[in-house]
Amino acid sequence: MILSPDAPACARRTVLKGVLAGGLAGLGLVEASMLLPAYAADAAQWPQDAFKQKSEADALKALYGKTAEVSDKVNLDAPEIAENGAVVPITVTSGLPKVTGIAVLVLENPFTLAAAYKIPEGTQATVANRLKMAKTTKVVAVVESDGKLYSASKEVKVTVGGCGG
Amino acid sequence: MASTIRVRAIANGDTTEVQSLIQHPMDSGFIKDSKGELIPAHHIEVVQFEHGGKTVFTALWGPAVAKDPYLKFSFKGASKGDELKVSWVDNKGQSDSLVAKVQ
Repeated sequence: MILSPDAPACARRTVLKGVLAGGLAGLGLVEASMLLPAYAADAAQWPQDAFKQKSEADALKALYGKTAEVSDKVNLDAPEIAENGAVVPITVTSGLPKVTGIAVLVLENPFTLAAAYKIPEGTQATVANRLKMAKTTKVVAVVESDGKLYSASKEVKVTVGGCGG
Repeated sequence: MASTIRVRAIANGDTTEVQSLIQHPMDSGFIKDSKGELIPAHHIEVVQFEHGGKTVFTALWGPAVAKDPYLKFSFKGASKGDELKVSWVDNKGQSDSLVAKVQ
């Protein structure tokens, strides 16, 4: 059963079902949902449409509504060869001003967009995470700065894919 | 139940560096189990970090984020002893949260 994140009422029911099924620690869940009153809305803030896109342009359009231009002020740190595609460390940093968002796209994956980050004022334009890659692929880092998108890309050679199959 | 979240926030002057590890399968939806059946996608969608009632970082994740996801970022304005709240919610509506102290 896959829960669609755009149905908050449904989400609550699924949580209840989970608790009843005893598959989850009921107490922990109740506590978490009380601490997180906006929990249903949180799931709704997940840009489902953007994560379903299969090309760089479509994903960026769905996520930010615009296209990116290549910039040397976006630094993408990725290994040249990833022996294990299931865990590839990726770091994105940028010296651009007024950065509000960072996104990482793995072009050869079934869905292009891997992760998107919201950077409020006071938070630095840098993020490190680990991604899965199906095969040798171009990785694109996109930084939203002052309302515009800037990107950098790098080819990562993957010897063992991380998406199964 | 032990928390699924491990977080370390270290203040260095004005800047606090946060590193977190969350225990989660992050199933992509493309991997088959031993019976050859697809394991449905099960991944974290949103991770939020809050300090002083303000969200300092939001991660939006798809199924391409690696299992037991790691995250590192830095923000300004926190000092030692401050509370940093971490919370996540996944595509099955499961969630967890934790309050850590800035070191």
